[in-house]
Amino acid sequence: MFALVSIGTTIGVIATLIFETWAFFQEVPLWRFLSDTQWTPLFVNPRYGIVVLITATIMVAAIALAVAIPLGLLSAICLSEYAPPPARRWLKPILEILAGVPTVVYGYFALLFVTPLLQQVIPGLQSFNALSAGIVVGIAITPLIASLSEDAIYAVPQSLRQGAYALGATKRETVVGVVLPAALSGIVSACLLAMSRAVGETMIVSIAAGQNPRLTLDPRVSVATMTAFIAQVSLGDTPVGSIEYRTIFAVGMVLFLMTLSLNIFSFWFVRRFQEKYE
Amino acid sequence: MKFLDQSLPVPTTPTSHFESSLPMRHRLDAAFASVVWMAVLIALVVLMSLLVDVAVDGLPRLSWDFLTSFPSRNPERAGILSALVGSVWLLGIVACIGLPVGIGAGIFLEEFARRSFLVNLIEINISNLAGIPSIIYGLLGLELFVRVLEPITGGRSVLAGGLTLSLLIMPIVIVATREALRAVPSSIREGGYALGGGRWQIVRRLVLPQAFSGILTGSILAMSRAIGETASLITIGALTFIAFLPALSPEGLRTPFTSLPIQTFNWVSRPQAGFHTNAAATIIVLMIVLLSMNATAIYLRDKFRQSKSFG
Repeated sequence: MFALVSIGTTIGVIATLIFETWAFFQEVPLWRFLSDTQWTPLFVNPRYGIVVLITATIMVAAIALAVAIPLGLLSAICLSEYAPPPARRWLKPILEILAGVPTVVYGYFALLFVTPLLQQVIPGLQSFNALSAGIVVGIAITPLIASLSEDAIYAVPQSLRQGAYALGATKRETVVGVVLPAALSGIVSACLLAMSRAVGETMIVSIAAGQNPRLTLDPRVSVATMTAFIAQVSLGDTPVGSIEYRTIFAVGMVLFLMTLSLNIFSFWFVRRFQEKYE
Repeated sequence: MKFLDQSLPVPTTPTSHFESSLPMRHRLDAAFASVVWMAVLIALVVLMSLLVDVAVDGLPRLSWDFLTSFPSRNPERAGILSALVGSVWLLGIVACIGLPVGIGAGIFLEEFARRSFLVNLIEINISNLAGIPSIIYGLLGLELFVRVLEPITGGRSVLAGGLTLSLLIMPIVIVATREALRAVPSSIREGGYALGGGRWQIVRRLVLPQAFSGILTGSILAMSRAIGETASLITIGALTFIAFLPALSPEGLRTPFTSLPIQTFNWVSRPQAGFHTNAAATIIVLMIVLLSMNATAIYLRDKFRQSKSFG
């Protein structure tokens, strides 16, 4: 009975999104939604080009992954291969604390610490920009990558490492040439999950990236991601059933499809490429 | 030890296949090790600078008045009383609704469910639910709890917020409960059956006490996720200017609300520096609550692991 609540939640999510999105597409043709290059649904003359929001979302997620994958993966290697057990016992909870910090706190950090810092280095950086939002989203998802990759690296049997050492490999050669390839499926799936988290991240981008929908790949200016748009509309007083109200469900639908396909791809990847050691 | 005999021919070094020299390889190793440590160091430095930055900004503002005042247009007189109380209400609702349902579902799936199509479906479903962004839960809450169930929840109320958060943390609670139950050795269950116990008796008297601390740890972590949650509550329309406390009655459940992270978001989004200071002070309060919850959970887990290794 209780377990059915979880099924009910999924059905509820999908039904809600489909229902409101359907109503949205009664008024806005799908083709205009996909092909328009401007996003101004709250103006008198509304234009609905989802490409604008998707571009911004992907740009922020890409910056985030560029920060998080090296940092998270190297931390995972350090924790599982290099850190002595006492250090590991201290570092792991710290990583978990970093993972438990609410995203609104990261948002504060991005807007009032990272952006002023970057403005001293990069001229022309607006006070709301995709760059510092992306970097901080990266910091926020680093613990996720680190802890999932660490699990995958930890699961590689000791005998493989010993085999590599017996062949005369150094520690780095063992880690890079033997352990990492053996854990690759877990690491890739961790990165995909982290990407899905970065795409769905709301508070950091609403606070630090601004709410200015425009089609650009310049990370120094203010952009609006899909999540930031939903948050922005929700903050205003939007009448139920209006076209603005339905817009956020249509955007939510796109977001849901993106994260869902990333998650499914990630599970599939583990199942398909996992190396089994008995 | 014949093979160490000097008279044996020394194998020629296969330089054609093996170009890098041993010192070079060791230097590369040292470089890699320092890069790896650097990554952890960066993570630590970031965490430290985050905490120090917030502490420097917010600590001077923190006072008893700040905790016991309502929000205000004047940043010096604003406080977080309604946010604090709102967070407590939300946690209470999650503890009363989200936790029992999640733990119940976990117990059912792990101890009672037989392999079937439906159970498989539920399991795939739970792992997918855990990956849905919280703002999508907010959209669900907006449609379901705020709009469809408005006669019960009273619209954008603390009850609607609590229910949304309950759905949000359910996958976490279910997974944690199942892991805790799985860690109980099956010999305990078999012993119970051998004494003639029924399934429910065994789960209640033997398995649950063993798994209790694990479930508790998972529940605390889920609650700490709920207390920091912002995006879904913004979507269902939590207000930021609340200058009253909800009545301690069923009617109080239906009043509008705010919470610590929402108050923080609101103050961060304002241009005046005075409100930024308030946001930092609110973050300190939030982080103290969160860190103590996380520390309790980690402590409980370590204690649990130790006692298990002795048993």
